[in-house]
Amino acid sequence: MALLEVKDLQVRVEDREILHGLSLTVNPGEVHAIMGPNGSGKSTLSHVIAGKPGYEVTGGQILFRGEDLLEMAPDERAAKGVFLAFQYPVEIPGVATMNFLRTALNAQRKARGESEYSTPDFLKKVREVSKSLNIPQDMLKRGVNVGFSGGEKKRNEILQMALFEPSLCILDEMDSGLDIDALRIAADGVNALRSPERAMVVITHYQRLLNYIVPDFVHVMAKGSVVKTGGKELALELEGSGYAQFEHAA
Amino acid sequence: MNLVLSKTDSGRAVSNVFVKANGRLPGAGSVADIRARAFEAYKRAGLPHRRIEEWKYTDLRVLMHHVLPLAPQPDAAALARARAAVAQAAVEKRAVEGAAKLVLVDGVFSPNLSDIAELGQSVNVRTLREVLDDPANEGRGDLLLTTTTDAVISLNAAMVTDGVVITVTDGTELCRPIQIVHVATTSSASSFTRSHLRLGKGVQAAVVESFVAVEGARNHQANDAVIVSVGEAANLDHLHVMVGGADATNISSGFFVLEASAKLKLFSMNCGGAVSRYQAFITLAGEGSELSANGINLVRDKQHGDTTLIVDHVVPHCTSRANFRAAVDDRGHSVFQGRIIVRPDAQKTDGRMMTRALLLSDEAEADNKPELDICADDVTCGHGAASGALDEALLFYLRARGLSEKEAQALLIQAFLGEAIEEIADRTLREFAILQAERWLGARG
Ligand SMILES: Nc1ncnc2c1ncn2[C@@H]1O[C@H](COP(=O)(O)OP(=O)(O)O)[C@@H](O)[C@H]1O
Ligand SMILES: [Mg+2]
Repeated sequence: MALLEVKDLQVRVEDREILHGLSLTVNPGEVHAIMGPNGSGKSTLSHVIAGKPGYEVTGGQILFRGEDLLEMAPDERAAKGVFLAFQYPVEIPGVATMNFLRTALNAQRKARGESEYSTPDFLKKVREVSKSLNIPQDMLKRGVNVGFSGGEKKRNEILQMALFEPSLCILDEMDSGLDIDALRIAADGVNALRSPERAMVVITHYQRLLNYIVPDFVHVMAKGSVVKTGGKELALELEGSGYAQFEHAA
Repeated sequence: MNLVLSKTDSGRAVSNVFVKANGRLPGAGSVADIRARAFEAYKRAGLPHRRIEEWKYTDLRVLMHHVLPLAPQPDAAALARARAAVAQAAVEKRAVEGAAKLVLVDGVFSPNLSDIAELGQSVNVRTLREVLDDPANEGRGDLLLTTTTDAVISLNAAMVTDGVVITVTDGTELCRPIQIVHVATTSSASSFTRSHLRLGKGVQAAVVESFVAVEGARNHQANDAVIVSVGEAANLDHLHVMVGGADATNISSGFFVLEASAKLKLFSMNCGGAVSRYQAFITLAGEGSELSANGINLVRDKQHGDTTLIVDHVVPHCTSRANFRAAVDDRGHSVFQGRIIVRPDAQKTDGRMMTRALLLSDEAEADNKPELDICADDVTCGHGAASGALDEALLFYLRARGLSEKEAQALLIQAFLGEAIEEIADRTLREFAILQAERWLGARG
């Protein structure tokens, strides 16, 4: 069964249609790249999959392992294995990162009927993952994303992804604001999570990221729908020709 | 028309209350004269209402209607219930752990429920009644005087039945907090208490005032005043906690005078009562004194919680910081009024006042009004106020990570309140405040 099926999705924000019948099927183990110019609706798609309020779905459906995702609250989706690494992770002053990680992990496990992590197991796991992502321990003591640089915020998203072990990872512009070294570390973190059971949807504006996270499929989005789908070579093609051709076509 | 009627009504009711109570009130001679004058002053003004600037948002004629009769002198049964309530509060962690308790039951000091002996030699505790009744103290009517003309304080001076008068000798470092516990055991009655706290030079102390009602005591009105002087280079952590019954009315006034280099950390915590007003008047009277005033106001149902803070900079080189936060649920109403006064001599004053309210329901209401009143030119002062709902973007981030709506809200409310609570220096007091806030959050429907 497909992991994620987006069928003819139509989405409005404040009476303006942003997605005009978008379809996408993602199977376990696959890595899909979604590329497209600014404003084409990439973040909107990721938000609707994660369940962000404020979007009106006026047509189509989203199935996750055959279940209607749109009927689920955002926390239910998270517990079922949907994870969105945000383009703009928010800062949450006063909520210590460590406390947040533990609360979130245990909330998900509880919702799945699993036992809570013991403190030593949890700490061990966080330590391992943060080390591999080059995240210093003192960062975890601060408020969630508070005072983090752009790159640190992105690494914190990947840390969560590694910790929660979701089956669908959506990465929204993970590369924005990262220099080449930071990009490599983050991409290594993502690649380490690739597995036959887990799928990734990598949203990016630039082809550069796809040198590090090599996709199985590339979709080009323009003006609210997928206008072209191909293999990884499509990304390279875009690098040369740009998005202009699709913007006219859409 | 209505207003006149209600004033006359409440005036008459109170006149009866005063006449009836008179035989029970301590102090003769000049003390009695001061009382009578205080009562006259109250009668002229009546309960404060919305056209009195200081009470604009807390109209006691609407919220309180009238002053209830004085609670009777507690009998053995009342004291037994109070003892049980104090013990229960300790079990339920609604009392500060390890504090030396001074207990007032229905406005009367109860030596048997108190831990005076544990305070040691350097702390002198007498009851206000004792001091006012002492023939040698004929002149101690000053204990009933304050600098304000506030009608509720006049009423307090007129009606006060008891309180504690605490003196801590120079250089003492108290190793445990002192907790003044007010217990209400009767329904539809009022109590009036006044306490004095004098900290000598270099004293280090932590003081808590708290209010509880025994099971079944309904509709109690408390009017309390605490007058504190913080000696030169002394350090006081002062916590005012209102966790009392859901139908209680609590009017508390605190007067603090800081001598040179004294430090006051004041925290007010309101998470109970139908109507509560905590008004603190702080005078930075000695150079280099520092105030850090913080508090949280947690209101729900139809509760009304008011914090009023007057910070008076009289001399140069003093610092004041205020950070107050309210969480308002259901149809609750929170009020914060504050003023930083900088007198002409108080150059180099550094004063700041922030207040924020979190509105947790569509019907929740918050009034925030910090003000500056500056008469010196070389000062740094600022104030700010904000109210609003929980940030949707933050809520969604947490929910996308698996937290339920309630869990996500609780985490954000806790973080919001935590920024005020973490200002409490004393660890025991801080943990106590955190626990009360968690409890309030846990009870959110
Ligand atoms: N909350 C919103 N209110 C109004 N318009 C929005 C909102 N979110 C997105 N849009 C609009 O939807 C379009 C797609 O935006 P977005 O999904 O962020 O694109 P992308 O991520 O591809 O850059 C843009 O035209 C944007 O202005
Ligand atoms: Mg985007």
